[in-house]
Amino acid sequence: MTKLWQEMGLTDYEYNKIIELLGREPNYTELSMFSVMWSEHCSYKHSRPVLRNFPTDGPQVLQGPGENAGVVDIGDGQAVAFKIESHNHPSAIEPFQGAATGVGGIIRDVFTMGARPIALLNSLRFGSLDRDRVKYLFNGVVSGISWYGNCIGIPTVGGEVYFNDSYTGNPLVNAMCVGLLEHKDLKKGVASGVGNPVMAVGARTGRDGIHGATFASEELSDESEEKRPSVQVGDPFMEKLLLEACLELIRSGAVIGMQDMGAAGLVSSSCEMATRGGSGMIIDVAKVPRREEGMEPYEVLLSESQERMLVIPKKGKEQLVKEIFAKWGLEAAVIGRVTDDGMLTIMDGEKKVAAVPATALTDACPVYEPEARKPAYLEQTAAFTPESLPAVEEYNDVLLRLLASPTIASKEWVYRQYDYMVRTNTVVGPGSDAAVLRVKGTKKGVAVTTDCNSLYCYLDPFTGGAIAVAEAARNLVCSGAKPLAVTDCLNFGNPEKPEIYWQFKQAVAGMSAACEKLGTPVVSGNVSFYNETNGEAIYPTPVVGMVGLIENIEQRCTMDFKQEGDLIYLLGETKAELGGSQYLSVIYGQDAGKPPQLDLDLEAAVQGCCLEAIKRGLIASAHDCAEGGLAVALAECAISGRRGCSVGVSSDLTATEVLFSESQSRIVVSVTPENEKELLALAGEYNVPCQKLGIVAGNDLRIMVNGTEVVSVPLDKAENTWREAIACKLG
Amino acid sequence: MKFGVVVFPGSNCDADVKYVIDQVLKQPVDYIWHQEADVSGYDCLVLPGGFSFGDYLRIGAIARFSPVMKGVERFARDGGLVIGICNGFQILLEAGLLPGAMKINDNLQFRCHDTFLRVENATTPFTGRMSAGQVVKIPIAHGEGNYYADEETLAELEKNGQVVFRYSTPEGEITREANPNGSTANIAGIVNKEGNVLGMMPHPERCAEAILGGEDGKLIFQSIVDWLERGGNSD
Repeated sequence: MTKLWQEMGLTDYEYNKIIELLGREPNYTELSMFSVMWSEHCSYKHSRPVLRNFPTDGPQVLQGPGENAGVVDIGDGQAVAFKIESHNHPSAIEPFQGAATGVGGIIRDVFTMGARPIALLNSLRFGSLDRDRVKYLFNGVVSGISWYGNCIGIPTVGGEVYFNDSYTGNPLVNAMCVGLLEHKDLKKGVASGVGNPVMAVGARTGRDGIHGATFASEELSDESEEKRPSVQVGDPFMEKLLLEACLELIRSGAVIGMQDMGAAGLVSSSCEMATRGGSGMIIDVAKVPRREEGMEPYEVLLSESQERMLVIPKKGKEQLVKEIFAKWGLEAAVIGRVTDDGMLTIMDGEKKVAAVPATALTDACPVYEPEARKPAYLEQTAAFTPESLPAVEEYNDVLLRLLASPTIASKEWVYRQYDYMVRTNTVVGPGSDAAVLRVKGTKKGVAVTTDCNSLYCYLDPFTGGAIAVAEAARNLVCSGAKPLAVTDCLNFGNPEKPEIYWQFKQAVAGMSAACEKLGTPVVSGNVSFYNETNGEAIYPTPVVGMVGLIENIEQRCTMDFKQEGDLIYLLGETKAELGGSQYLSVIYGQDAGKPPQLDLDLEAAVQGCCLEAIKRGLIASAHDCAEGGLAVALAECAISGRRGCSVGVSSDLTATEVLFSESQSRIVVSVTPENEKELLALAGEYNVPCQKLGIVAGNDLRIMVNGTEVVSVPLDKAENTWREAIACKLG
Repeated sequence: MKFGVVVFPGSNCDADVKYVIDQVLKQPVDYIWHQEADVSGYDCLVLPGGFSFGDYLRIGAIARFSPVMKGVERFARDGGLVIGICNGFQILLEAGLLPGAMKINDNLQFRCHDTFLRVENATTPFTGRMSAGQVVKIPIAHGEGNYYADEETLAELEKNGQVVFRYSTPEGEITREANPNGSTANIAGIVNKEGNVLGMMPHPERCAEAILGGEDGKLIFQSIVDWLERGGNSD
C-alpha cells in the first residue's frame, strides 16, 4: 500500500528525517508543508551541492543567489535586479496559462526586490513544428506570454526559440525579468523584528495550483494531462495593480521585507522569509482572504493562487499598507506576526494546526548527490565524422534550407505578438544579438540576452555549458555592452538517473569555468529537473540569461550592414568544426559529432577587442557567428541591413567547413575603409585573428571560397525564405 | 498650457506619454487619477494606452464609467483637446465621444510593429505640423484595433474629413497589405465632427525621439502645442 507521504512525493528516508526533526510524527497539515518544501522545485535537493561551484562574487554584485532575484550595480546609485525561471511542466499541459503564469511569477520576483521591471525575455524550446501537438504548444505559449506581458505593460524584448525533437512532449518555457532600482530601495525577502505584522496582499486565495511544486518535480507521462488542475491561472491586470501598489509601498519606507507567494504559496514565502531573518512566524490561516469557502488549512497554505505577496511592514504601518493597496483596489490583511522562536506556527482561529521549525522546511531538507555516470550515447556521437557524409553540390540550396529551418529562421512571427516597445526604453529590440534598453535620465544602456545551444550540451555538456556563457557574453559585447552577471535556468531530465546527473554536473562545471574567465558571476537562477516524457529526457539545456552595461548608449552597435562599400572582417578563426552544427542537424538529420571547442583565452580576447572597437567607434556592425556558421551570420547581417555582400575567403578548409562550421569566438564586423587600419592594429594588440572577408555591396549574397563562387543568392530570396519560414510551418 | 494624462487602473503607457510631454516637449503635465471627476485647469487631456481594468468585459467598457470620464466628456463638449491613444481610443469609442466600434484584429493576433500612416487631414489641432498626403511612421501595439463603422457613419466621417490617419504603404498607397488589423477603409485615427477629439490606434509617444528609431510621433504633440499657443486657432 502506498503511504500518504509517498503519495505526496516524499521518500521513506525523508519521512523519517521529518520525524527526527520534529521529535514526533507530523500531522496532515505539517506533512503537506514538508512535501512541497522538500520537493525538488523548492528545495534544490539534488542540485545544491553542485550549484556551490558557481562563482557568485564580484565588485558589481549587490545581491547574489539565495534571494528572490540577483542584483548588480550599474553606477550612479542604480542597480539592476534580474532572474530567470522555468515554467516547463505547466506549459506542457496547459501552454497558455502555463507560460503566462511563468511570466507573472518572474515579474513578482523582481519587483519584490524594490525594482521597477523594465524588460522581459523568454527562452523557449519545442519539438518539431511539423507536429500538430507542437504547433498547439508553440502557439499557446507565445499567446500566453503575449497576453500577460502586454497587459502588464513590461516590454518583451528578447530571448530565443529553438526546435528539436527532444522537446516534443516537454517544451521549455524559461522567463526572465530585468528590473531597475535605486540602491536605497533594495528590499529583501526577510522577516525580522519581533511583533512586526505579517500581511497577505493582492489576490485572494483559492484552491488553484495546490501541489503545483510537487507536480513540477515529477517526470511527465501520459497521465500528466490529469494534472491540469495543478496549473495556476494568471491575471495580469491584478498583477499590474499589485506591482504599482508594492512599488508605492516600498517607496513609503514602511516595508521590512516582502516575497512572492509563488511555488508552495504561503508555506514557502513564510518559512523562507523567517529562515533568512533568523526569526519565526505565527500565522492564522482563518485571516487569509479567500475566494472559496470551506478551504482546509493545508489548502490555504499550499495554494498557488497567483498575484499574491507576503509583506512584513513595520509595526504600526498596517493602516498605511491597507490604504495604499485600497487605492489600487486591492486587499491587504494582517494574518500573523513575526516571532523570535524560530517556529512557523500555523493557527486556524484558536486552534493550532501546525508548528514546525522554519529552518526544518528550508535548510534541513536532505541534500542528495546521486551517482553520476557518463552516458553511453556519447561514444557513438563522438565517433561520428562529418567527412563520412556525401559532399555538398549545391551550396545555395543548403544555405536556403538552413535559413528556412525554424531554429535559425526569423522569429518575427513570435515577437510581433509581444509589445516590445512599451515604457519607451527599447533602443534595440528583438531579433538582434542582444536587446538594449536606455536608462532614462542617464547616458547608460542595459543590454540583455539569453542563450543556450542544447545540441552542443547534448554532445558535450561541459563545453556546451561553457559556450552558453561565452555566447551570451559575446552577444552583449556585439551590442557594445560590458557583460556584468548571469542568471541561469538549468533544465535537465531526472537527476536520479546517473547519466542525467553527470550531464548536470558537467554543464555546471563548464559554465563555472566560463563565468570565472569572463568575469560574469552567477547572481540568481533556477533548476528544473524531471524534464522527461515517458522516460525520455530533453537535451541538457542550461539557459544563460546575461545582463551588460553600456556606459554611453551612443556607443552601441547592431548587426546590420550599414553602408555600401564597408569592409567585412571576421574576428576570430574558423576551424573544421562541423560537429553539432545546424548543418548536420538540418541537412542530414544528424545530431552528432564533437561540438566546437571553446578556448576561453581567445574568447576573452575577441570580446575585449570587439568591445574596444565599438567604444572607439571603429566598427559599423557586429554580429556573433553562431548557429549555421559564417554563411548564416553574413546572411543575417545582410538581411537586417538590406544590403548585399561580396565575400571571398582563402582557406585550407573545405568550402562546407568555411560556410557552416560553428567554431566559437567569432564575430563578423563591418568597418569603413578609413577605419580599417585602426581595426587591424587593435586586433593585433589583442592578439586576435582578424581576417578580411569582403565588402558590403549589391543586392546579392555572394561568397567565394578559394576563388570559386559557392554561394550566390539574391538578398530578397534569402530574406523571404528566412522571414516567412515559421509562418509557413504554422500555415 | 497644461497637459493632463488620465491614469486608469491598468493604463500602461501613461508614463511614456508624460515623459514625451515633460522631457521632449518641455511642457507642464500632470497625471489625473481615474477617480478624479474634476479636470478643470487643463488644456489638453490624454487617454493613454494600456489595458484599463484588464480589458475585461469589453475593452473600455468599464473605464468609461470611471468618474474622470464625466469630466472628460464635459471638457470635450466645451471644445477642449482630447487625444485617446490605443486603449484611450477604445475608451473614447465606448464613451460615445467618437463614432464607431473596435473589433479584434482580423489576423486574431496581438501585433506590435511600425506602421506607415497617410495623413488625411492636416487641418486638425493634432496634425498642424503635417501636410495632407504625408506619410509618417508610427508603431502599433494592439490586439483589438480593427476599427469598424457602418456605411452611413463611414460616409459621414469621409464627408466631414474626420478620417485623420489611414494605414498605408511607405509610399502612401492605401492597400489591403498595409492594413495591420482589418480596419474599415484602413482607418488608423479619426476625430469627432468638431475636430477637438482625436482617437488613434498607433502610439505617437513611442516615436518622439531619434534614439527610439523615429520622431514622427513628436509632430502630433508639437501640433497640439502650436494649436494651444495660437489660442485654439488653425492659423
